Amino acid sequence: MIDYQLLIQRYDPEHDNEPRLQRFTVPGDHTTSVLDALLYVQQKLEVTLGLRWSCRMAICGSCGVMVNGIPKLGCKTFLRDYHSDITIEPLAHFAVEKDLIVDMTQFLAHLSAIKPYLINDYSGTTVHKQTPAQLAKYQQFSNCINCGLCYSACPQFGLNPEFLGPAAITLAQRYNLDSRDNGKAARMPQLNGKNGAWGCTFVGFCSDVCPKQLDPAAAVNQAKVESAKDFIISMFKP
Amino acid sequence: MQILQTDIIVVGGGGAGLRAAIAAAEAAPQLSITLLSKVYPMRSHTVAAEGGAAAVTLSSDSAAAHFHDTVSGGDWLADQPVVEFFVKQAYRELVQLEHWGCPWSRQQDGNVAVRRFGGMKTERTWFAADKTGFHILHTLFQTSLKYPAIKRLDEYFMLDLLRAGEQVVGVLALALNSGELVQIQAKSVILATGGAGRVFHYHTNGGIVTGDGMALAYRHGVALRDMEFVQYHPTGLPGSGILITEACRGEGAVLLNKHGKRYLQDYGLGPETALGQPQNKQMELGPRDKLSQAFWHEQQAGRCGDYNGHAVVYLDLRHLSRAHLQQRLPFICELAKAYVNIDPALAAIPIRPAVHYTMGGIATDINCQTTLPGLYAVGECASVGLHGANRLGSNSLSELLVFGRVAGEQAAHYASQCPAADSKALSVQSEMSQRWLNRRFGTNTTDSVAQLRQDMTLTMEQGCGIYRTGEGLAHCQQQLQALQQRYQQLKVTDRSKVFNSELMQYLELGFGLDVALAICSAAMARTESRGAHQRLDSGMTVRNDAGFLCHSQLYYKANSLPHLSWQAVQISSLPPAQRSYGADNAAAENSADSTKGTQP
Repeated sequence: MIDYQLLIQRYDPEHDNEPRLQRFTVPGDHTTSVLDALLYVQQKLEVTLGLRWSCRMAICGSCGVMVNGIPKLGCKTFLRDYHSDITIEPLAHFAVEKDLIVDMTQFLAHLSAIKPYLINDYSGTTVHKQTPAQLAKYQQFSNCINCGLCYSACPQFGLNPEFLGPAAITLAQRYNLDSRDNGKAARMPQLNGKNGAWGCTFVGFCSDVCPKQLDPAAAVNQAKVESAKDFIISMFKP
Repeated sequence: MQILQTDIIVVGGGGAGLRAAIAAAEAAPQLSITLLSKVYPMRSHTVAAEGGAAAVTLSSDSAAAHFHDTVSGGDWLADQPVVEFFVKQAYRELVQLEHWGCPWSRQQDGNVAVRRFGGMKTERTWFAADKTGFHILHTLFQTSLKYPAIKRLDEYFMLDLLRAGEQVVGVLALALNSGELVQIQAKSVILATGGAGRVFHYHTNGGIVTGDGMALAYRHGVALRDMEFVQYHPTGLPGSGILITEACRGEGAVLLNKHGKRYLQDYGLGPETALGQPQNKQMELGPRDKLSQAFWHEQQAGRCGDYNGHAVVYLDLRHLSRAHLQQRLPFICELAKAYVNIDPALAAIPIRPAVHYTMGGIATDINCQTTLPGLYAVGECASVGLHGANRLGSNSLSELLVFGRVAGEQAAHYASQCPAADSKALSVQSEMSQRWLNRRFGTNTTDSVAQLRQDMTLTMEQGCGIYRTGEGLAHCQQQLQALQQRYQQLKVTDRSKVFNSELMQYLELGFGLDVALAICSAAMARTESRGAHQRLDSGMTVRNDAGFLCHSQLYYKANSLPHLSWQAVQISSLPPAQRSYGADNAAAENSADSTKGTQP
């Protein structure tokens, strides 16, 4: 065990006017994750520390934080990879509710807005056939754990919270690309608007930080192509 | 205090709760449904299920075979009418999930693929790579957004059930982001709050799996049934307990001791199968209870390896191609790399058993109804009678769907007929709860929530592990009672309103202590060995149908040990017989075929 220095952003809306950094010394070995360290602080040093977490295995999407300015899942980021002070702050571009807990309301609203469910008029009782090749078209985009890291990485979402953002556009593409779905027309108005795919300036940082390597930037780019096609087709419609 | 009114309240946003909410919305679109969860629904622990969901699928398979596997896998403690219903409904529910968009893995021809799973005599487990729970949860969550009748209360913590006489008429909840109490009046309440694995020290469970719903139903007089049956999953990562799915073994992984030898043939699961040729119900595809027990014996014999101070055996996937691992087990590759720095294509993964699942729970009938009018329970928090003394892997995801639907429909039917409750009495109850809550705050001299919780989990690990003794259980029970005394003195030191983690953990600990004492008390009373409950005491090491072919039912007694009664198991068509796997199973099946067994 060696000692690590953590600087954790604290903010208690009942007492603080603005956030502050608080220093903690935490013992760790080569297996200690940032989440382990935060839970050590909460259990042993500062019971009032607020954070979200649950699964500890990078699938529930709860424990996103900024680690030295980069959005990370706390449970899949390890102290061993840092050599000086480790600064832990709440996810950027979201309003802070307390300490490391941010307001996810807007994020959930964006997910809901793109109609994230199969839309079709299938009324059969048997399974749809879907070949592995058809599955592969959208499978990667179906692996989003809704952690929100890509929103913290996205400068456009930082400037304009109305921008649907990488995860929601990826989710729209996940359904648009599903061979069982006919709902693209219902989703395009959201993607076509200025807060849709065109809000993206292709910085690409969302794909760098995605803990599941979904490449949301690729999904957004595909959505732009779809949106352009949608626009051209609409010009020839009466 | 804010008062909300709804027709149905579903507590818990995991697979069971979401399926119930959707079923209620479809059954009675005029009803309002409130889905309350202490986390956002997609954080619920269903998300961590990996391997798959079982249903009779192949033309060579049959409902009778799935029934037989489930009943014998549960060591004859499952209620057979419940199992019969379940095996007949499971396929329809998995198809329903397909219609809602679940990305099930496929065969080349576009049909859904099925894989082998432990204790199942044929391939019948549907899967979405090795993130089946994740995909089921997200499919259900996203589908639930289609139904305007379903309103969510995310990050609300259930503090108590509201009662009008014997009838359950709502929930009292704490809004975590404001610390305010909210009275939610409803005509029916569905508990879908998940298991209680967090009362143990080494487990596969997320931080939220703390037995809240079990404890509240129990405190209100509903029995907790079969609590002694706690499933140790044989393959968790050492230390963290992170789940390494049984699907690895379904795909052909083998278990090795520190000498690099396979060992399950020494525990009634042989003969040894050839590498890369897994056989159903044999060796590594035996049931979870037998595999975890075999680990314990290997450890006693000094044949386990060491990983950072943890005794381990090794899960070897090296004979499977990297391409196959990436296609079928991508998440396992990711987890092994991140948490034990192992590439499964090149090295075996160190693993050991970890608490995974509570077979027991809130006693319900086949309609998910409890003994309290208006109160339903479903999923891991419930004991509907499906799993008996040992759950088969991939039956629980199907259970969420089959019985989630039942719970939603039943609760909707009840809510459509039930008159509104007298709200005056509810105000009195709510005010009392508010005053009780206010008295929780203060200072502690030595104790803390975290310390008490750790003492509880270590006590349970020590006393209620894979093998149990009368002496160890008695000691465990005494310690749990002492911990409850300490809990009575414990105060919440953080007085903040907004996201008060200490307060939430304090309340969860209170629930956990009640559930832990129930587990230990039931384990003491069952002086036989059956399924996941194994006693080492003389005369108790084998199954005793004459004495114990029955469910334990525990009733809460404040400041005392629970009251216990026994309930007969419902046996409709498959009389108790020897549970057998490997060569013994093949012999038993041959003889059953020749005598025409009595399966449905």
